[in-house]
Amino acid sequence: MSGKFGKKFEQVCDVLDRHEHHPDNLIAILQEIQEVYSYLPEDIMTYVATALGVSPGSVFGVATFYSHFTLAPKGKYVVRVCDGTACHVKRSEDIIKALEEELKLGGGKNTSDDLMFTLETVACLGACGLAPVVVINEEVHGSMNPEKAKALIEKIRSGETGHG
Amino acid sequence: MKTQTVMIDRTTVPIEGERNLLELCRKAGVELPTFCYHSEISIYGACRMCMVEVEGRGIVPACSTKAEDGMVLHTNTKQIRNLRKVIIELMLASHDQNCTTCPKSGDCRLQSIAKQLDITTVRFKQVSSAKPTDLSSDAIVRNPSKCILCGDCVRVCEEIQSVGALGFAYRGVQAQVGTCFNKGIGEIECVGCGQCVKVCPVGALTPKHQISGVWEAIYDKSKTVVVQIAPSVRVALGEYFGKEPGSLTVGRIVTALRRMGFDRVYDTNFGADFTVVEEGKEFLERRRTGENLPQFTSCCPAWVKFAEQYYPDFLTNLSSCRSPQAIFGSLCKAFLPKELGITRENLVVVSVMPCTAKKFEANRAEFKTNGNPDVDFVITNNELALMMKENGIDFDRLELGSFDMPFGFSTGGAAIFGASGGVSEAVLRFAGETLAKGSAQEFKQLRGGEGITTTEITVGSETLRLAVVSGLANARELIDRIRKGEAHYDLVEVMACCGGCVNGGGQPITGDRTAVSKRAKGLYENDKMLQFHISSENPYLQQMYAESLPHKKAHELMHTVYENRKRITQEDIILEESSGEKALSLEICFGTSCFLRGSQKLYKDLMTYIRENKLEDMVEFKANFCGKQCKKGPVLNINGKVLERCTFDGAKAEILTSLHK
Repeated sequence: MSGKFGKKFEQVCDVLDRHEHHPDNLIAILQEIQEVYSYLPEDIMTYVATALGVSPGSVFGVATFYSHFTLAPKGKYVVRVCDGTACHVKRSEDIIKALEEELKLGGGKNTSDDLMFTLETVACLGACGLAPVVVINEEVHGSMNPEKAKALIEKIRSGETGHG
Repeated sequence: MKTQTVMIDRTTVPIEGERNLLELCRKAGVELPTFCYHSEISIYGACRMCMVEVEGRGIVPACSTKAEDGMVLHTNTKQIRNLRKVIIELMLASHDQNCTTCPKSGDCRLQSIAKQLDITTVRFKQVSSAKPTDLSSDAIVRNPSKCILCGDCVRVCEEIQSVGALGFAYRGVQAQVGTCFNKGIGEIECVGCGQCVKVCPVGALTPKHQISGVWEAIYDKSKTVVVQIAPSVRVALGEYFGKEPGSLTVGRIVTALRRMGFDRVYDTNFGADFTVVEEGKEFLERRRTGENLPQFTSCCPAWVKFAEQYYPDFLTNLSSCRSPQAIFGSLCKAFLPKELGITRENLVVVSVMPCTAKKFEANRAEFKTNGNPDVDFVITNNELALMMKENGIDFDRLELGSFDMPFGFSTGGAAIFGASGGVSEAVLRFAGETLAKGSAQEFKQLRGGEGITTTEITVGSETLRLAVVSGLANARELIDRIRKGEAHYDLVEVMACCGGCVNGGGQPITGDRTAVSKRAKGLYENDKMLQFHISSENPYLQQMYAESLPHKKAHELMHTVYENRKRITQEDIILEESSGEKALSLEICFGTSCFLRGSQKLYKDLMTYIRENKLEDMVEFKANFCGKQCKKGPVLNINGKVLERCTFDGAKAEILTSLHK
């Protein structure tokens, strides 16, 4: 833990320096900052506005325009369920419902209270041959069904508590 | 050379450098409907109402099409008319249509254009969902359910005021005009100038009304209610009753106020005369000592908040003198209760202002005594007009009246406060008279300028360098030059609204594009009609100074202090979570001023140092967005000890001392 002391904010400073504090590079700056924090914290966006000499409102405008950016912290595991045409006809909706139930999400809430899981749907992952597809962080799981998806969550949970 | 022309609706119109087809149509006497075109801000082309047909080219938006020789235009074809109607219907389908309860009703452009286009039904299903109204600001109310996304407020705030408090956020059907992080507009860097209110075509942005509070005070028999009216009110209020902008209607306004039940009808100009004398004395003293020059004027509350947020290092350059409204309020509350035999709490001071930011000013903590404000209510011109209509006042049939004494007597020096350049001219008249008796004159070179006006004026044996600026983006440009040492002045007048208070956010909404200069002209004519032109010649002012305002008391009642302000009210950044007590607690300021003075580099050097010396476990590091010691930045706080103008070596030394304790 101590080895990481203050690292994240220093990375923000490095990102800003690398982009020479130029407002034209705002999108790239936000992308790199999101890689550091996994989302865009308000205070950091305010800092970016100060450093670039623009209003916090314009940073907020860009951050909310692109769906790539997220303003709320995401869970340690980002679960993306594909709901593209192929996955949809193969009943991806049931998987989404099952996962929402399992993770106690839905109604606008997509991150679990323990900040462990974030559930997202995506339009198409381009892996239609494996439909329906669930991607957890970088790992792709094909031919899913509600039971298999729940089992994946269960596996992660037991792994986490085992380490905890 | 042959004159270049365009044919508009079968009429030949010469091109004379017009910015676009819309301006050319206006010249030809064709008022195209538009929501998003304002000549003073950039062209956005969002609303598509100003579409015209150009033969051979089809339908184009007039606002973003240049006039070319030989163009043939039709402004109201069947197709255009249908398109306009559809656009309005679509807007109405997602607009909160409760017009009767909307403060903008009657002044609303959506309403008037819908009427103009004979919209009697909306063929689309209502899709709007009520969004909460933002009441967080003292000055402005934001009602997103009324917004039509024309972006006028966004551009005026960014381009004219360089504040950027409002912006577009989200995308597609979710798109909205809002504030950063969806905070209340009163919690962010909005300066309350109300220029957004002025350009908003609908009721999405309106002044925060205080009408009910004023009526309640009038109805309350235990209260004595006095009212003051600002210079710019007298040349604009008549517009609500069919008068030309600039018409001086002060006599009628006074009678109306008396009829409505105000116990005393006074004049903000009386306060303005004191402002001139206090500010003038302060200026002469600063000239003598050479300290804190240039002196910036401080009567515009939006400018004061702007300076507090963006130029904290210049706050000592602001005149410490209060604004006319504030001086009037403090003098009233200091002297009237005794004279009337009532308590301070039972005296209610109402002011009528051309300004929304004055509402914010009246609520500042510095202008309150034991929680009781010097000015209890601030209403805009528009609110007063509504109250007069509510009271059934027939403006034209009012007899003329005159202000109550002594707080109703003023000079021409005060009258011109409402126009850009007026405050400097009034201060110069006073300073000129003080430096060389009989030299006072009019200073016309300060008047009517747009943007930044600079000049040198010689009074007596002294040459004074002056700058008059209105519009906060212009102010920013000027101050940045001063900060870099590229420009030098003795006195700088700043007004947030272009042209001064005559163009304030609380002024009537008018289709007359020359209204601002007409109102200013009205004020200069008012000056001509008055007996005295130099504020210090006001006999009642002289009497008050002699009898009840010894130096210390005058300073206490008529001067103020400023605070460095965070742009956004929010929590500090925790740079690293820590648990338990740490031996070393560091807090660094990342506010604008400290940032510019190198706080980021200081932070990085310190982090490297901490890591190299393996101090990580002993240190807790936080950052805030303004420690409010901006003039002495960068600021670092080590275990409660504040290091100003902090260098890496200075910080290192303090860390070592702290660790050895």
